[in-house]
This record gives sequence, C-alpha cells and structure tokens, in this order.
Amino acid sequence: MTVHPSSAAPAGRGSAPLLAGLFVATAVLVAYGFWSLGGLPELASRHGVSIDATITYLFVTTGILFLLGHGVLTLFVLRYAGSAERAAPERGSPHASSKLEWRWALVPVLVMCVIAEGGVLIVGMPAFAQLYGEAPPDSFVVEVVGKQFEWLVHYPGPDGVFGRSEAKLVNDARNPIGLDKKDPAAKDDIYTRGQMHLPVGRGALIRLRALDVLHSFTVPQFRVKQDLIPGFLGRTQFEPTRTGQYELACAELCGLGHYRMRGFITVESQEEVDQWLSEQEPAF
Amino acid sequence: MKLVLGTLTLCAFFGSALSPTSPTTSFGPAPASGALVTASPGEVGSVKGKALFQGEAPRRRKVDMGSDPACHALHAEDARDESVIVGEKGELANVFVWVSKGLEGKEFALPTTPAELDQKGCTYVPHVLGMRVGQKLVIKNADPVTHNVHSFAKKNKAFNQSQQGGGKSLEQVFDKEEVLMQVKCDIHGWMSTYVGVVAHPYFAVTKADGAFEIPGLAPGEYTLSAKHEVFGTQKTAITVKVDGVVETAFTFAEE
Repeated sequence: MTVHPSSAAPAGRGSAPLLAGLFVATAVLVAYGFWSLGGLPELASRHGVSIDATITYLFVTTGILFLLGHGVLTLFVLRYAGSAERAAPERGSPHASSKLEWRWALVPVLVMCVIAEGGVLIVGMPAFAQLYGEAPPDSFVVEVVGKQFEWLVHYPGPDGVFGRSEAKLVNDARNPIGLDKKDPAAKDDIYTRGQMHLPVGRGALIRLRALDVLHSFTVPQFRVKQDLIPGFLGRTQFEPTRTGQYELACAELCGLGHYRMRGFITVESQEEVDQWLSEQEPAF
Repeated sequence: MKLVLGTLTLCAFFGSALSPTSPTTSFGPAPASGALVTASPGEVGSVKGKALFQGEAPRRRKVDMGSDPACHALHAEDARDESVIVGEKGELANVFVWVSKGLEGKEFALPTTPAELDQKGCTYVPHVLGMRVGQKLVIKNADPVTHNVHSFAKKNKAFNQSQQGGGKSLEQVFDKEEVLMQVKCDIHGWMSTYVGVVAHPYFAVTKADGAFEIPGLAPGEYTLSAKHEVFGTQKTAITVKVDGVVETAFTFAEE
C-alpha cells in the first residue's frame, strides 16, 4: 500500500537537519575511532607494503563509494519524498523507463567489480606472489609447531635437515615436537618453546604444523596470518625488514588457554641469529 | 590383626625415625600413631635396595621456559629436566617402588597428614610423589603465575583445575590404586609430575643416589615393583623374614 502524505510541508525536508547531523556525527565518530587506534602496527616485512597499499586502497575506494552512495540516497530522499507530485514513477507507468532502471542497477555493479576486485588484484598481487609464490632459494627455514597452548619453534640444526617427527613420539615435557631420535638428521635439531630468531633482510620460510587443533600463526607487524591445520604441513613466508622484538599470536580460538598462546620473535642480523643458535642445546 | 597393628606401629616408628634424617630415601607417609603399639620390632622385616640405569645416561636437557617470561624470571640458573636423573655410577632417581602384591585384603590406617604437591619456579615439587588411597592431596601454588593442574588419571577420576599464583590450595582424594598417574600443566608444557597412589604405606621414591628402603613389612612373600616414567616397570619377588633386610636392585635401560 502506498501512502501519500497530504501535508503541504514534506516530512523529508523537515528531517533534513536531523539526517545531516546524524551523518556528520557518524562520520566524525568513525574518523575518531580510526585515529585513536593509531592505525596498523608499524610495518616490518617486505610484502607488507603491498598489503598496506591494498588496505589503504580499499579504505579510500569504499569510503568514497560509501559517501557517494549515501549522498545520492540523501539527495533522492530530499528531492522525491513527501508528495505524490515529486515521487518517482512506478514500474509500468508511462513515465517509467525500464532501460534506465537496468542501466542504473548494472553500472554500479560493474563499477564496484572493477574498483574492488580489479583494484585489489592489481594492488595486492605483489603481496600474494610473495606470500604464496616460490620461496627465495636462500630462505631461512624454520618450523613452527602449534599446540594447546604454546608455540614450539624447530630449527634443522647445522646439517640443515629437519629430523623426522611423529605425533606418537610427542611427550610434552621431554619431546614436545615428537622428534624421532633414531633419525640421524634429528640429533642436531634445535627446538625452543616460543623463542624464534630470524635474520633481517632475508626471506623466512615458515613450515607450519599443528599437533592438536586449529591454530593461526599471526604477526601483525609482518602482516602475516596463516592457519595451522592438524595433519597438514602448511607454510608461510615473508621477509623481515626491521630488527626488533615481535609477538607471535594465535588468531584461532584454540581452547581455554588460547589467550596465553604467545611466542616471541627476535629479528636481528644473520651473525646474531647464528650466535644464538650455537648457544642452543641440540635435541638429542 | 595383631600383625597388622604391629606393622603399622613399626611403619610409624621407621617413618618418623628415618624420614627426616635419611638423605637418600623417601618413605610413604607414616600411619597415624596412637593406640596401635601392640607388636615388637622383632615381628617385621624390611626391604631396601637401589634403582640403577644401564647404558649411556641421557643428557638432562635445560627446561626451556621461554614461552612464559614470568617463569623464566624465577630462575637465576636454568632448571634441568627431572624425568631422567642418573648419578655417576648409574643411580636412577625418581623411581617409584612399591609392594604390588602380597598385601591384598589388608587394611592400613590412613596418615593424618595430607600428601603435598607444590608448584615452585614453574616446576612440580616433588617430581614423583607417593600417597595413599583415601589420603588427602593438597596442591599448592607458590608461583606468582597461574597454573593449570590437569591429571591424566586412568583409574581414578581425572581433574583439571586452574590455580592462580599464590592462590588457594586445591585438594584431591583418590579412591583407587594407580601407579603412576601423570599430572600436567596445560599452560606450561614442560611441567609434569607423577603420583603413585597405593592402598598401603609400603612405598618409596628413589632420590639422587637411587636408594630406597621400605621398612615395617610383616614376614611373607611379596612382589616388589618399581616404575620409572620413561623406562617402565620392573618386578621382583621377595621374601621378608622377621628382623631380616631384603636387599634388591632394579636395573633399567633404554628400550
């Protein structure tokens, strides 16, 4: 049922200051919210430039489209609401244009596709390539094993070969990653609880394993987030570009102690990483 | 009955006389003393011996507390893994030794004091604990961090409780024999302890010199068992005579 207000003063126009006020207030609050968060954590990886560019691109384009869309909506409400004379012609009436309606429905869809999908592909493809493409041949390879509720970091040791590991060999206190001591390659392996050292300016290839449930390897400064799936050897890769300490978080709710599942990443020179590794106890 | 009462009395005697002074052997909690003095020391014997390890002793790894800086800060020097502690001559510590057969149907008074398990420096103290069926176990947390006490009981009812740093003690009572029941902390993966729950007071845990002594056993034939958390269980038959000391040894090796 269509209701045509008979009042001479259209309701839409009377509400205009209120609508405008709400619009401005919302915009100010949103802007304040982003400002108070301080933006993203300071970037510390090479591919992260592309990730940040993608996020910025999406913010700007969707922000403009948001303003544009709501501006047009407000304009139309003010212009066409309130009386039968100004109301847009209904479908089927002699003044309605089906072609025009289709055009105005399809064009925004196509524009959105180009801006959103096309733009993200162009701006974000370098990050995608660096995250999922072939790892640089000289990558520093580390294995990270997630278990409730800690990160275990596994290095291949001087021989550069990861020892065989098996879930049935896991002993929380004595052999938390389930290394097979019968495998000669396992003897010089190194593992730590939550301590990861990476060289700056060199690609890091992280092998990911989960021992129990889903976990997620997340370092906001590296713009990296990758799930660990039990029974599946996953991976992620990035190149740290700044020295310092970073926190490795679990971004997949993995149980009651999820909030405590933290790791500590130190990015330093290759010499310092080598020195640190030489101070660690071998597995067996 | 007389024999049982005498055994209890002697166990109380040995428990109180030897436990505080012996640097090498820990005894089961002494039964409650009181009006049980009805037998002379000449009616019981004892068993003592050593647990040994054969082969190259595994290296005691540093306990890596890197995932919790608060735990790491509690140690001036690195803590070492307590699961396999082998002395210079192969003495094996933390072996739970108990009479596993020969005492069926007999009842023994419960100790009045509870067994105690503490969490200090993000490790369990002691690493292997012996206690009685029906005896109260008090679990303390001396650390400034929260722990999670999770038993992996297979015969008794399992429990899993969080405990704040310096918080209220937890209490547990077990109604079945279980050797060894693992207790772990879900927050700190390296924290693990083993509890031996038996129905009588004839048990001991070997200390650094691998020695154990179980006094106050009535004459008779028994099976003596020894269990290590890594190297498994060994058994031996013993015959205890009045005033006699049975000497035995358990030798463990890696599989």
